[in-house]
Amino acid sequence: MSYSTHRRGKRAIALATAAFALGATLVGCSSDAGGRGNADDIEAALQEESTITVWAWAPAVEKIAEAFEEKYPKITVNVENVGTGNDQYTKLQNAIKAGSGAPDVAQIEYYALPQFVLSESLVDLNQYGFGDLEDKFTASTWNSMSMDGKLYGLPQDSGPMAMFYRKDVFDKYGIEIPETWDDYIAAGKTIHEADPNSYITSDTGDAGFTTSMIWQAGGHPYSVDGTNVGINFQDEGSKKWADTWNELVENDLLAPTGSWTDEWFRGLSDGTIATLIIGAWMPGNLEGQAPEGAGDWRVAPMPQYEAGDTATAENGGSGDAVLEQSDNKAVAAAFVKFMNAEEDGTSISIDMGGFPSTTADLQSDEFLNYESDYFGGQQINKVLSEAADNVVEGWQYAPFQVYANSIYADTVGQSYANHSDLNEGLKAWQKAQEKYGAEQGFTITD
Amino acid sequence: MTSAQTLSTRPVRRDRRDWTGWTFVGPFMIVFALVFIAPVIYSIYLSFFQDQLVGGNSFVWFDNYAQALGDPKFWDALGRVTLFLVVQVPIMLVLALAAAMAIDSARLHFSGVFRISIFLPYAVPAVVATLMWGFIYGDRFGLVGNINDAFGISIPDPLSNSWILLAIGNIVTWEFVGYNMLIFYAALRVIPTELYEAAELDGAGAFRVIRSIKLPSIKGAVVIATIFSIIGSFQLFNEPNILQTIAPNAISSYFTPNMYAYNLSFAGQQYNYSAAIAIIMGLATMIIAYVVQLSGSRKDA
Amino acid sequence: MSASTVQATAASTRPTQGRPRFARSTTSRGRKSIWLTIIMCVMLVYSLLPLFWLIVNSSKTQESLFSSFGLWFSGDFALFDNIAQVLTYHDGEFVRWLGNTVLYVVVGAGGATFLATLAGYGLAKFDFPGRKGVFAVILGAVAVPGTALAVPTFLMFSEMGLTNTGWSIIIPSLISPFGLYLVWTYASEAIPTEILEAARVDGAGEMRTFFTISMRLLAPGFITVLLFTMVATWNNYFLPLIMLSESTWYPLTVGLNQWNAQASTAGGEAIYNLVITGSLLTIVPIVIAFLFMQRYWQSGLTTGSVK
Repeated sequence: MSYSTHRRGKRAIALATAAFALGATLVGCSSDAGGRGNADDIEAALQEESTITVWAWAPAVEKIAEAFEEKYPKITVNVENVGTGNDQYTKLQNAIKAGSGAPDVAQIEYYALPQFVLSESLVDLNQYGFGDLEDKFTASTWNSMSMDGKLYGLPQDSGPMAMFYRKDVFDKYGIEIPETWDDYIAAGKTIHEADPNSYITSDTGDAGFTTSMIWQAGGHPYSVDGTNVGINFQDEGSKKWADTWNELVENDLLAPTGSWTDEWFRGLSDGTIATLIIGAWMPGNLEGQAPEGAGDWRVAPMPQYEAGDTATAENGGSGDAVLEQSDNKAVAAAFVKFMNAEEDGTSISIDMGGFPSTTADLQSDEFLNYESDYFGGQQINKVLSEAADNVVEGWQYAPFQVYANSIYADTVGQSYANHSDLNEGLKAWQKAQEKYGAEQGFTITD
Repeated sequence: MTSAQTLSTRPVRRDRRDWTGWTFVGPFMIVFALVFIAPVIYSIYLSFFQDQLVGGNSFVWFDNYAQALGDPKFWDALGRVTLFLVVQVPIMLVLALAAAMAIDSARLHFSGVFRISIFLPYAVPAVVATLMWGFIYGDRFGLVGNINDAFGISIPDPLSNSWILLAIGNIVTWEFVGYNMLIFYAALRVIPTELYEAAELDGAGAFRVIRSIKLPSIKGAVVIATIFSIIGSFQLFNEPNILQTIAPNAISSYFTPNMYAYNLSFAGQQYNYSAAIAIIMGLATMIIAYVVQLSGSRKDA
Repeated sequence: MSASTVQATAASTRPTQGRPRFARSTTSRGRKSIWLTIIMCVMLVYSLLPLFWLIVNSSKTQESLFSSFGLWFSGDFALFDNIAQVLTYHDGEFVRWLGNTVLYVVVGAGGATFLATLAGYGLAKFDFPGRKGVFAVILGAVAVPGTALAVPTFLMFSEMGLTNTGWSIIIPSLISPFGLYLVWTYASEAIPTEILEAARVDGAGEMRTFFTISMRLLAPGFITVLLFTMVATWNNYFLPLIMLSESTWYPLTVGLNQWNAQASTAGGEAIYNLVITGSLLTIVPIVIAFLFMQRYWQSGLTTGSVK
């Protein structure tokens, strides 16, 4: 096909641009290997007229772009919401394959990042000295954006897990806040026995939830080293979660209601779904979609396997990366930094309901002392911020997690559907992933 | 009689075979070549390669085709749409035909109201259809749940593994009855009046008229609607894809061949294998469509 | 006359017989039947129930949407509030999407219907080299599932610089294989060859004959195809989703889906009431178009105009 001519054409343009700029900056030198640059380039580039395109679905990004344009009047930032999560990755993947059409900056969830790293589509931000920003972020989110000593973006928000629960339901059945998963299961039995239409929580099987729960249990199903990928969904942590959750799955104690559906919001509104184990970004969504539940919801730390433990995991959350296709990498990097590592940017994000990944914000008094009316005046951020500190370290996702999640329902989902042993589903999921990995040229280790 | 095959073997102007026809067909074919033929050719080209995430691109001859034919997921998907085809298409077309006849019969009060109402579901955007059917099928707070509560019965969950195909069949029927009805209706409108007059003189009853005049006259439309319904069934995608958000465990990533091809391509980046499956499905669909088309024109003679 | 003679009459009274046919007036035959009407009412309820749901829920606020029974009105009647919000939300992007959709429909569906009518007529009424191949080629290409072709099509359009422009939506919409077949079968029934021969004897060019005579005879078929292509373009979702990455070019379907997805993102504002009301508004133009076109099926189609 005509790819080669197209590439050549693009390189010619890039060279012309570079010549025009008389070497003052390296902006425009897009197709050169690596697109090398440094922190000084950013300052110079921000003084030149230019435009960048950002693909993001977080509602705050548009406001942040406005603030950025105000600070750097010569820069224009076009924010496009091209779809949430998978829809956006599909477009990004297509643009990468086509060799053009990708944005300068893209919002990418932590679990999907390795896939784009693998195709060498993202710029290593260490060259701009962004490695120094490590202290500003929570360890778990920072680690999600860095691989093999390279930094592929900055964390935008995070989702340390906690337990959201209906105080009215707990009070009605005399249930104490469960400290351990055993308590939680017992509470589930109490609720469902008292009212067959009520459940402790809803879960019809969700890949993100499963991996987060295994994460909390201390499991490491994926061990990735370059193109060597080990997959083990029968390690100690995975088994621990599956055996515990089996109690709920096999005894029909989970509301058979898919997340983000009409039925789900009704259940969250009327209390027939009594708790949610979910990321810290949930409060805004509850307020918006289950307004009838106002005053009845509270938040508590996630239940533990051993009383007294404090382990949590990340659930959801995303960062922002600069694309190799970008013709304006320095400005793109500057925007990523402004949005995620500078107060002008992060404060907007937090105001609009994002849960921060920056330690300064997580520890600010204003943030911690916020009293949520929806949560009956509870200072929810104290609980959630503590959760952010307790995320278990060392978690890795597969470099083809987007695909792995897409076949989750075929395997683990069937255990949910049949109310049977989750371990069997997990084994089937592992097998399917190993097969895919091998087909794609990865070395699958034991 | 009016099927395309018959038409193409019995041209109207056999005596004057020239290029004039291309002035009419040409513009369509040029755009068609760009939007349909070129991607198909490109897909055939792609289907001979294997592009790995690690290791790059390589020419593999017919490996992708061999893999597809030995892939249980592919056969599972194909079996499911075949079952769907055999059950849903006849029901839908008979309903559509009956509705078209009823509206055309002049025995119906307010036929205009029926005509538009039955057609309307076809105009409902997919995102709405999801919300709506999610509500109707919901067995906790939805309509099914309400009916269960109200009558103290227990309708099986339409979104469970065993009923999901029926639930999808219902949505497809709901969407396309009106569409097919209009095709039949438009065909019924051009039946020459003198045929009815002749039948009236003959004292033929309503059913005789249907059997002897109406059905034979709209045979062309029926054959075409059948062919396109077959293609639609084999390419079943939108409805299961929409329902997947509310019934993830009942609808696998390889629920239909088209969903399988889509997920291979979009989630798994296996563009080459996906292209091979698309080409195989294309061939299979063509063969069945030709059979239907031939049998349609044979009975005609 | 026996049944077989009726059938024989049916077979011989083909358009080629050459008498201009008049659309019958629907009222001339038969009596109205209550029973038939009642049976059809069942079908009507089946078809309209979900639309009733749509109307009921368009009248609810975001708050009462998930807390009240879905098939009846509840709380304040907020339909007009919702409509106002839909039209103004996020700088009135709904209106822009509506404009895009109208553009795609007018150019895409209009063009598709025109191309399909031209080609269907050409296939029905002319013999030309390669005629037999056309059917096979079209059927073959249509049989390959389009969703699997999305990536190849995207890559091609990207090479041509068409992605992320209105053209990437309009050009593929210009083809309606189904419309082509419909006109093809329709034209061979509805246009007597003798009329064309007569026009030729009078020395009229083929194109002139098409526009002055044939188009009128084809009106019901043309209108049916136009309606189908309009609805298809109006509801086109998959292609714009793949091709477009700027919301300024979105059609309504992709835009509404974006509104719908917004609720499941952190900090995203839930606006299901606007999604539902927006969907209702999306259907309204289709209904109006249908009502407008209805008369082409109802009234005498070609009475007297042929000779």
